[in-house]
Amino acid sequence: MTYQFQFGAVFARVDLLIDGFLLTLQLTAITSCLGFLIGLACAITRTYGPAPARLAVAAYVEVFRNTPFLVQLFLIFFGIPEVGKLLGVKWLPTPYWAAIIALSINIAAYMTEVIRAGLESIHRSQVEAAESLGLSKLQVILHVVLPPALRNVYPALSSEFILLMLGTSVVSVISVEELTGAGNLIQSETYRTFETYALIWVIYFALAVALKLLLDLLAGWIIGRRVSRIGASAGHA
Amino acid sequence: MRDFGVNDILYLLTATQWTIYLTILSFVAGGLLGLVLAIARTSRSPLASGAALVWIRAFQNTPLLIQLFLIYYGLGLLGYRLPPFVAAVVGLTFYTSAFLGEIWRGCILSVPRQQWEAGDALALTPWQLRRHVVLPQAIRIAIPPTVGFLVKLIKNSSLASIVGMTELMRAATAINNATFQPFKVFAVAALIYFTLCFPLTLLSRHFERKLDVSARG
Amino acid sequence: MSVLEVRGVSKSFGTVEVLRDISLELEQGQMLALIGRSGSGKSTLLRCLNGLERIDAGSIAIAGHHMGRDPAALRRLRQDVGIVFQAYNLFPHLSVGRNIMLAPRLVLRRSDAEAEAKAREVLAAVGLSEKFDAYPDQLSGGQQQRVAIARSLAMTPKVMLFDEVTSALDPELTKEVLRTMETLAETGMTMVLVTHEMNFARRVADRVAFMHAGRIHEIAPPDDLFAAPRTPELQQFLSSML
Ligand SMILES: Nc1ncnc2c1ncn2[C@@H]1O[C@H](COP(=O)(O)OP(=O)(O)OP(=O)(O)O)[C@@H](O)[C@H]1O
Ligand SMILES: [Mg+2]
Repeated sequence: MTYQFQFGAVFARVDLLIDGFLLTLQLTAITSCLGFLIGLACAITRTYGPAPARLAVAAYVEVFRNTPFLVQLFLIFFGIPEVGKLLGVKWLPTPYWAAIIALSINIAAYMTEVIRAGLESIHRSQVEAAESLGLSKLQVILHVVLPPALRNVYPALSSEFILLMLGTSVVSVISVEELTGAGNLIQSETYRTFETYALIWVIYFALAVALKLLLDLLAGWIIGRRVSRIGASAGHA
Repeated sequence: MRDFGVNDILYLLTATQWTIYLTILSFVAGGLLGLVLAIARTSRSPLASGAALVWIRAFQNTPLLIQLFLIYYGLGLLGYRLPPFVAAVVGLTFYTSAFLGEIWRGCILSVPRQQWEAGDALALTPWQLRRHVVLPQAIRIAIPPTVGFLVKLIKNSSLASIVGMTELMRAATAINNATFQPFKVFAVAALIYFTLCFPLTLLSRHFERKLDVSARG
Repeated sequence: MSVLEVRGVSKSFGTVEVLRDISLELEQGQMLALIGRSGSGKSTLLRCLNGLERIDAGSIAIAGHHMGRDPAALRRLRQDVGIVFQAYNLFPHLSVGRNIMLAPRLVLRRSDAEAEAKAREVLAAVGLSEKFDAYPDQLSGGQQQRVAIARSLAMTPKVMLFDEVTSALDPELTKEVLRTMETLAETGMTMVLVTHEMNFARRVADRVAFMHAGRIHEIAPPDDLFAAPRTPELQQFLSSML
C-alpha cells in the first residue's frame, strides 16, 4: 500500500494554524520576559543575598531543574485547585494561566543558573573599584556587575529562550491551543495526522531559526554599539 | 473514587522501570549515533559534515513532542503499527543523537590544534589520529555535559507518555484519573524523577569541578 | 592638621597577622610612600584606609571621617578617599567618559551635564582629553591607569591612595603615569602610595615608610631614610632594589 500525502485538508484550516502560531509567540514573549526577570532576581539573591535566601533559591533551582516540565505543569494545573480546596481558596487556573505560570517558573530556574554564572564571571576587583568610588551595593550590581555579566552569558541566555519557545509545545497537553495544540485539533478533524505534524514541525523549525536571527541581531544592537564605535575610532586612528 | 495509597506508589515505582529502560536504550543508541555525528561534523568532508549538521539542527530546532508525534504516526503510515515504546525509543534516540553529537563536536574541537598537528606529523591516519590522540582527550571534557544531558533525557522521557507509552508519567496520570488527588500523585512522581536526576546532576558537577582543578593545576 | 591618623591598627587573615600595631599620621597636602618587601602588608594597609579591608583593632581617621562599620558612613568616607589599583579596574562596558561620570552621577547625584563637565576637566588634568569616547580596551596600560586616576579625581577626594599603580607598565608608560601623579601632588593633594619606584619616592614623597612583617619598621623623610637606613632589614631591602 502506498500512502498519498494530502496537505490540502490541512491547509484548509490555516486559520487554526495562524491562531496557534500567534499564541506560541505570545506565550514565548510573555514567559521569557517573566522568566528572565524572576531569574535575574533569583541570581542576584543567590550570589549576593543573605544565607537563608541563597539556600531557598538554590533549592528552587534544583527542584525545577531536576524534574520534568510536564510534572510541574500538571502540579500547577491540576494541583493548585486541590491545594486551594484544602486552604479554602477557590481558584481554578485556566489552562492559559497554568501554562504561563509553569513556563515562567520553569525557565526562570534555568535563567537563574545562567545569569549566576555571568555574575560570577565578573572579577571581584570590579566590585572593589566601584565600592571604593562610594557606590552602594545595589548600584554596584546594577551598573557595574550586571551589564558585562549579561553580555558574557548572552549566548547561553539566547539558547535558553529558544529552548523555551520549543518547550511551549508541551502546554498543548492541558489543551492550550498554541501551535501544537492547533495541530492536535487539525489532525483530529482531517485525519491527516502525519501531514499536520510535518507542517507544524516545519513551522517550529522556521520559528527557531528566526528567533535565533532575532536574538543575534539584538545582541549586535546591544553589544555591538561598542563594536561599531571601536570600528569608528580605528578609522581615524 | 479511591484514595491514593501504598499500592499506587508501588505502581508508580514499577512504571519507573520503564522510564529507566527507555532512557538507557535511547541514551546508548543515541550515543552511538551521536558519536558518528560528532566525528562527521569534525571531519574534513563537507558532505559528511553538512549532512550531520542538517540532522542535528532538524532535531535541535524543533520540539521533541512533535518529533515523537511524527515518528509515532509516520511509522504508522508505513504500515507498521509500532508499540508506543518502540516509537518512543526511536524518537528519543534521534533526539539524543542530535544533542550528544553537538556536545561532543564541541569537546573534540576543544582539543588544542597542536595535538592534531602533532598527530599529523607522526603520519597517523585520520582515523588513528582520532582514535588514539583526539578522542581520549575529548572524553575527559565530554563527561560533565554528557551526564548533564542524561538528566535532560530522563526528564524529557516523560513526553513518551503523550504518545501512549506507560512509563512513570503516564502511570501517574492514570492514577490521578482514578483518585482525583493530583497534588499528591504528581508530587510523588516529581519526587521519583528528582531522585533519579539529582544525583546525576551532582555527579556532573563533581566531574566538572575535577576538570576545572586539573585544568588549573 | 592631620588628614590621616592611624592608631594601633592590627589585622589578621585567619591566623596570619598581616598588620601589627600600625600607627602613623599625615599632614594635609603631603605624600607618604609605603615601601617594603612583597607580603609585608603594604596593600593591606592601604586597603584598610578606605575600608576595603576591615581592621581588627585600632582606629583610623581619614579626611574627617572615622572608619566604622556602618555602610552609609563608609560610602561617605569613600567619597573623600580615592584609590587607584595596579590593575586599573576600569569598567569594560563603559566608555572612558562614562567610567568617570558613573560615581558622580550615582553617588553625588550630579546631572549628566555637570558630571560630563567634571569628567572633561579631570581627563584634561591627566592629559587625555581626546579619549572621552574611547573604551578601556582601546587604550594603552598607561592611558588606562591615567583614566583610573581621573575617575577617582572626579569625586574630588581629599586623599588619594595608590597601590603599585605602575607595576604593570613598561618604563615609558610608567614615566607618564608618574608624571601625572607628580602634577597631582603639586596641586596639594594628600597622597599615600605603595610603590617600587624608589627614585620617585625619594624625589617626590614627603615621608617614606618602610614596612616589614606587618609593622612600620622605619618612617622618615626620604633623604634621611634612603641615605641613612638605620635597620639591617631596610639596608638589605634597599640594596636589593638597586
Ligand atoms: N584576602 C587575603 N586573604 C588571606 N591572606 C591575604 C589576603 N590578602 C593578603 N593576604 C596576605 O597578607 C600578607 C600581606 O599581603 P599584602 O598584599 O598586603 O602585601 P604587599 O606588601 O602588598 O605585597 P606585594 O608587594 O606583593 O603587593 C601576605 O602574606 C598575603 O598573602
Ligand atoms: Mg601589594
